[in-house]
Amino acid sequence: MAATGAIGAGAAGATPGGTAPYAVELRGITKRFPGVVANRDIELRVRRGEVHAIVGENGAGKSTLMKTLYGMHRPDEGAILLDGREVHFRSPADAIAAGIGMVHQHFMLADNFTVLENIVLGSEPTTAGRLDRAEGRRRILEISDRYALGLDPDVLVEDLGVGDRQRVEIAKVLYRGATTLILDEPTAVLVPQEVDELFGNLAELKREGLTVIFISHKLDEVRKVADAITVIRRGTTVGEADPKTTTARELAEMMVGSELPSPGARTSTVRDTVVLDLRNLTVTAPGGRAVVDDVSLVVHEGEVVGIAGVEGNGQAELVDAIMGLRPLTSGSTWLGDEDITSWSTRTRRESGLGFIPEDRHRQGMLLDATLWENRILGHQTRPPAAKGWFIDRKASRADTERVMKDYDVRAPGPDTLAVALSGGNQQKLIVGREMSSSPRLLIAAHPTRGVDVGAQAAIWGLLKDARAEGMGILLISADLDELIGLSDTLQVMLRGRLVATLDPSHLTPEELGGHMTGARPSAGVA
Amino acid sequence: MSGLRRLGPALFAPVLAVVVAVVISSAVMAALQVNPLRVFEVMFDFGDTPAQQVTALVVIVNRAIPLFLAGLAVAVAFRMGLFNIGVEGQYRLATIMAAAAGAAVSLPAPLHVVLIVVVAMLVGALWAGIVAVLKVTRGVSEVISSIMLNFVALGLASYFLTGPFRGTKAGTQIVSTKEIPESGWVPSLNGILGALGLANPPRQLYGFLVIALVAGIVVAILLNRTRFGFDLRASGLSASAAIASGVDARAMVVKTMLLSGAIAGLIGLPDLLGSTHAYTTNFTAGLGFLGIAVSLLGRNRPGGIALAALLFAFLDRSLVPLQIADFPASVVTIFQGTIVLAVVIANEVARRVTRRAAERGTAEATAAEPHAGPHVTPPAGGSTDARQEVQA
Repeated sequence: MAATGAIGAGAAGATPGGTAPYAVELRGITKRFPGVVANRDIELRVRRGEVHAIVGENGAGKSTLMKTLYGMHRPDEGAILLDGREVHFRSPADAIAAGIGMVHQHFMLADNFTVLENIVLGSEPTTAGRLDRAEGRRRILEISDRYALGLDPDVLVEDLGVGDRQRVEIAKVLYRGATTLILDEPTAVLVPQEVDELFGNLAELKREGLTVIFISHKLDEVRKVADAITVIRRGTTVGEADPKTTTARELAEMMVGSELPSPGARTSTVRDTVVLDLRNLTVTAPGGRAVVDDVSLVVHEGEVVGIAGVEGNGQAELVDAIMGLRPLTSGSTWLGDEDITSWSTRTRRESGLGFIPEDRHRQGMLLDATLWENRILGHQTRPPAAKGWFIDRKASRADTERVMKDYDVRAPGPDTLAVALSGGNQQKLIVGREMSSSPRLLIAAHPTRGVDVGAQAAIWGLLKDARAEGMGILLISADLDELIGLSDTLQVMLRGRLVATLDPSHLTPEELGGHMTGARPSAGVA
Repeated sequence: MSGLRRLGPALFAPVLAVVVAVVISSAVMAALQVNPLRVFEVMFDFGDTPAQQVTALVVIVNRAIPLFLAGLAVAVAFRMGLFNIGVEGQYRLATIMAAAAGAAVSLPAPLHVVLIVVVAMLVGALWAGIVAVLKVTRGVSEVISSIMLNFVALGLASYFLTGPFRGTKAGTQIVSTKEIPESGWVPSLNGILGALGLANPPRQLYGFLVIALVAGIVVAILLNRTRFGFDLRASGLSASAAIASGVDARAMVVKTMLLSGAIAGLIGLPDLLGSTHAYTTNFTAGLGFLGIAVSLLGRNRPGGIALAALLFAFLDRSLVPLQIADFPASVVTIFQGTIVLAVVIANEVARRVTRRAAERGTAEATAAEPHAGPHVTPPAGGSTDARQEVQA
């Protein structure tokens, strides 16, 4: 509960009695869905010619709010004011007519059309009923020059990179005369250089007097590009912040509503018993190349062994090999004092191997199945799911409710479809179900990937508790803070080999990064 | 309540499909200068006397039994994401083998029927098993191999019928296998009709109805209540997730295809054991392909498949009255075709509606809690409380 709203005081001159009216002002917007309040008393004030960021966790209500502003649904209470005049949008067409444009997170472009065709699609300039390409080209080039978008109208969209596609989307909106642009998570799909280019484009838009509403949960970027920030939490606005004076941590705390936990857990709980022993594991790719090369590794009870590495250096193949999803070329896998090398995935799971997969949609969930079915997935041969040859639906449902309660999975009930849950809640369900079978060894591959700050903290807490109770954990992650904070031992994986063993208690992310790219000598430091 | 909510979308798609199909085929009939209202009148005209009406119903049910089994066979594979297009070949081959086996032995009545049923299921399962083995060992798509095996099966069936299993003398118009002795017949259920106070029609209500119902119930339990069924459905929903959960994908393909083929083996038996008692050159064909349509319309659920089978049987029965009333028989074909098209579209629409509704539910769980009211500050320090509080 650190600094809600208080930071907003630092924002430069939010003079309510000032001269120019706000470009966009939302007053007390409330939007209800049957049985739910998705947005409550939203207050938003965006000045003309500024980049205004809206930040909040996944599921905080940002998208609902933007849909309201874009006319995709109508608010139940409150008013929308553009340049001081109240407006009522019945559809996105009304919003576009009023000068509001939306750039969606997922591009809506036809690949086999040219840039020109994509931009004019839906509002084609015509002469005598025929598409006037010359007029369209003229206007697109004018827009492209004015905002430095660098578009070539005649290239096919399928030949464009992601950054260029995004500029086409922006041009599409500008072509329709938008003066206020809503960008929904625009950087989610971009690489760092493209992000910089995008920010350059935004500066151009700003210079030309356009207003940009920028939705994101990447706090560093928001602080870099925004002139003002509004924070949304649990469906309502909790305050405004000045990006110049607010740290990313303070922003995160406003988003989450409490002080952020750090992953650190320093008291060692490592015991003597070995739970996982990999002996000279080698996995070869179809081409004959060794993707996992002579890996030997030991995990003890109560120990978190972290595997650091740039993605694609064999971590995924190593995980698959331990789970029995990929055949070994040589070497052996031991769980406790049993050689499990020739065991099936099911037997391994039944013997106490838990698995939080890297890609939960591919390996962890049945999206079109109910939560209780997802609860028993991977555990369908054991109680509470199984009763002889049958599935015990009643016990499964009951246990799903327990998992939902104990692991804070927010969902209406065990019969909800998994697809209805946010990423964080899906992940908590997976973590909960794997923990529930009390595995001896848990393989946690990117356990907090794609989940928001709150769920991340919860999952870290769960892993720490499990470790304290004696579970061995093999943690594969790309998040260096997570690796350093949670691990008792760190192994660096490079080109399929373990190249360094590090002691996380004396390690900075920068040093770890150096090892991961092979810039440092591969001598052990621990 | 949740049952109703789940039933809603489940009913929505097929009903929508049938309605759309009625509209489209009416339009087509109108374009062909056929009065659709007259056509529907003929289709629903079951006769004037109670005996005629009961006969019409018996005809429909008799026809629905093999369609139901065919739909069931296709659906079992569908639920695992396998397309068993080879049901046609599987049942034709199974039926002639069962007919030959039934004619070759004489056993006490119940055992005789059991033997025929077992032979049919075995042959169907083996024929489908070829598809499975090709898939797991050589990676051959089951769609391709099962279609191609249909031709092989039909060829084999013709060879057996005209060669080793031929029961009729040379020169006769319809070639058939030897007749199965009466101990291998399945008695009709007309006695039950009588007990219900209905007129006893000249047609025999197939006793195989009971076996088909049992098969439907067994499949329903197997799919929805057993570990095997869970593995099967999980594989259908996401093969990669099922494998990661410990399902042996190859074994699953083999088991599922064997099961699908075994059910397919039953398709020809209602006619074989209920009326023809021999496999003939004009034995009912095409049930395997109709089964795909029936399974789609029934959304791969045994209950739905039963209703879909009854609908298709109803359409099928109307063929003769339509021709008597001088309407083109193709009307029924158009109708069946449009149903299949419409059901594919409607299933997709229903799937999206369900997803949309489910995603709407997200807001419920994740955004502001409806009963939370004003934001309550958790007592400081309690780490668990903080964890509960943190997530949005």
